[in-house]
Amino acid sequence: MVTTTKGMWGGVIAKRPIAPTGVLGWLFTIDHKRIGILYGVTAFILFLLGGIEALLIRLQLTSANADIISPELYNQLFTMHGTTMIFMVIMPMSAAFFNFIVPLMIGARDVAFPRLNAFSYWTFLFGAILMNVSFLAGGAPAVGWFAYSPLTSIQFSLGSGVDFWILGLLVLGVASLAAGFNFIVTIVNMRAPGMSMMRLPIFIWMTLVVNFLIILAFPIITVALILLLFDRQFGTTFFEVTSGGDPLLWQHLFWAFGHPEVYILILPAMGIVSEVIPVFSKKPLFGYSTMVLAGILIGFMGWGVWSHHMFTVGLGPTANAAFSLTTMFIAVPTGIKIFNWLGTMWGGSISFTTPMLFAIGFIAMFTIGGMSGVMHAVAPSDFQQSDTYFVVAHIHYVLFGGALFGVFSGIYYWWPKITGKILNEMLGKISFWLFFIGMNLTFFPMHFVGLDGMPRRIYTYSEGMGWDLWNAVSTVGVFVIGLGILVFMQNVWYTRRKGKQAGSDPWDGRTLEWSIPSPPPEYNFVEIPNVDGRDAFWSQKYFEGPDGKPTKIVEENAPIKTHSDDHDIHLPTPSYYPVLVALGVTLIAAGLLSHLFFSVTGGVLTFVSVLGWALEPPTAPADDGDHRAGAY
Amino acid sequence: MAITSENQEHTSTGLSNRKLLMWTFLGSECLFFGSLIATHMVNRNEAAFVHGLSPACLLDIPITSMSTFVLLMSSVAMVLAVAAAYRFDVKQQRLWLLMTASLGIIFLGFQAYEFQTFVNEGLTIGTNLFGSTFFTLTGFHGAHVTLGVVWIFIMFILTYIKPDATSNPLNTDIAGLYWHFVDIVWIVIFTVIYLIGSYGLDCGHVG
Repeated sequence: MVTTTKGMWGGVIAKRPIAPTGVLGWLFTIDHKRIGILYGVTAFILFLLGGIEALLIRLQLTSANADIISPELYNQLFTMHGTTMIFMVIMPMSAAFFNFIVPLMIGARDVAFPRLNAFSYWTFLFGAILMNVSFLAGGAPAVGWFAYSPLTSIQFSLGSGVDFWILGLLVLGVASLAAGFNFIVTIVNMRAPGMSMMRLPIFIWMTLVVNFLIILAFPIITVALILLLFDRQFGTTFFEVTSGGDPLLWQHLFWAFGHPEVYILILPAMGIVSEVIPVFSKKPLFGYSTMVLAGILIGFMGWGVWSHHMFTVGLGPTANAAFSLTTMFIAVPTGIKIFNWLGTMWGGSISFTTPMLFAIGFIAMFTIGGMSGVMHAVAPSDFQQSDTYFVVAHIHYVLFGGALFGVFSGIYYWWPKITGKILNEMLGKISFWLFFIGMNLTFFPMHFVGLDGMPRRIYTYSEGMGWDLWNAVSTVGVFVIGLGILVFMQNVWYTRRKGKQAGSDPWDGRTLEWSIPSPPPEYNFVEIPNVDGRDAFWSQKYFEGPDGKPTKIVEENAPIKTHSDDHDIHLPTPSYYPVLVALGVTLIAAGLLSHLFFSVTGGVLTFVSVLGWALEPPTAPADDGDHRAGAY
Repeated sequence: MAITSENQEHTSTGLSNRKLLMWTFLGSECLFFGSLIATHMVNRNEAAFVHGLSPACLLDIPITSMSTFVLLMSSVAMVLAVAAAYRFDVKQQRLWLLMTASLGIIFLGFQAYEFQTFVNEGLTIGTNLFGSTFFTLTGFHGAHVTLGVVWIFIMFILTYIKPDATSNPLNTDIAGLYWHFVDIVWIVIFTVIYLIGSYGLDCGHVG
């Protein structure tokens, strides 16, 4: 244990922020719960931004030959809509839940590396800002979210939009990678006594699989982005046909990342739904071990399907047949999950609360998206659907009806734990039905216009193609979704002021986070729980009665069994360095877009801050005035 | 005992959190270098080498064998530094840390010489696909070595000015993991680019 109290620079420049309050408290926080909230709020703001982009796209497509926005702006909008929703909304929304829920579910006081966790959040925030600044700095990227070469080369994309896209994604990638390492170590190493791997809640298992996918997929996109950056800035010829380069290499690298990325987006939602459905069905999850195995299988098989994004490229019948087969196979573990959720609900006493409605909506919508996915897996059929609105319908059923419904299920489910108040059920149900109807109105007609040949990414179309009616319906649908979002925001506002107090366990939950007060104290658990089975909290509340039915243990609020030798709670201390390193890393990237002076400044800042970070003890010793040592 | 998140005595697996972090990071790095090496390999055909500047004409196997040997010896020095750290033998630890960093610097010197030679012969990062993949791949490897040298050298300095920060043998151990990984990557690069990469390509017939 390091004995110094000040760290390297701490004593020189400023005293370590032992217990900052207010804005500074959030800026230097390393508490996983606060970081989770920061992730959630930031991602929600970006969700509104991406939603406005979608709204503008739909307005332009409402009728034939519309002239609401220019083709240039249209290209920027659909590129930024995709990039925002994938990298800056669904991934950080999932990260918000990883942050807030994972330590609570496994019975830990924080993640393995609290300062690294803060670094992930700030890097994500700065990366998102960097990416969106492009709108003001001469035009956002306009090349689609998968940015195919050679459109991205310097002669076809003159402005700095693509460079913003590259550097923004690189910075966001650093954030995801740092979080990935952190959560793997946390889940593997920080489990409470008795919490063996096969007792982990499914949400934790899915988080583990997702973070393995993140740390193995993001290096690939990092390399692809670096090659593209070098092509544009330093005259290399990786994707340059005239010099022997190969644009197809971009597609392979991008989708070798991009398909695992699809599972990075959907598996957290599957994990959330796997927690919500048992609680509101009053039954343990059906087929726990097959659920774990299916998640791991999806994680592995996700690496062998990337070329189904490239069926029309001309890789030849062998490659197409092979990737058709692997893609159809991956539907099997996904199907196992869907049957397990249905099996959990079967015979249960289901209460249709808002989180449960979103979870059931998830199953239905994701199944529809999965079905059209299997249609894409058939290469000849995909030849007809490729680059049409049918694909747009598919990804929105999987990502909106799937991932985002899962996220909203989680928001409604864990809101009481996070804030201490239950979101209003009436408003919640209204917003669910607006979401559900709006999403089907928007995206189901896209199947029709897609099969009818309407290409994606076009900014307008002529009359008489037969697409007018369904495009108008889609636009109406977007407004219904928008109304649903407004009702949700109204709900948050209403709950803040007049919401019902939740208490520690409003849903009769099964997992450990419901065993502690809402919102949880900074140290989470007064004493680290001892786990003796799956559904660790449930088994402390219920026993199997003589009729085989769960019977409540009578002593209400009986203290849960604990591990009693760690009374001295000593939490890690807030730190300046995570936000400084994040700023340094972003400055390096921003300098490459403007002036190298900023890169050098960023490099120096990063170096000095990393050194300070390394030499600062994670926890300032108690004699340095840590008021929380033994605070309870 | 006080329980803190980063200095927890008992982890679920018994492995140190920080060591596990380094292993997951190195797993991720495998994919990073794997993608760069794959990029080099898919471009390994003769049509890619315009202007007559092919690997066979440029790569100097004897000299690079020497630099490879130097880097391998730096790994031996690192092993000895880690062993000394676990014996709490600060003098030996200092000696071998300094030796590791110095051998790393010599390797970087070889690389600088090689880059300079290539540029003099007319091969830059933008000349052809070989130049693009070669400078990108070996450049990123060199950057990793540089980072390792800086890290190990700072550790060496800290044994004097802040000994309590380096007394935990785990710190040296983790730096060692990184250093060995960077060495192993070089073994792959040396095999794939230098040995296999120039094998069977005749300098005279290209361009």
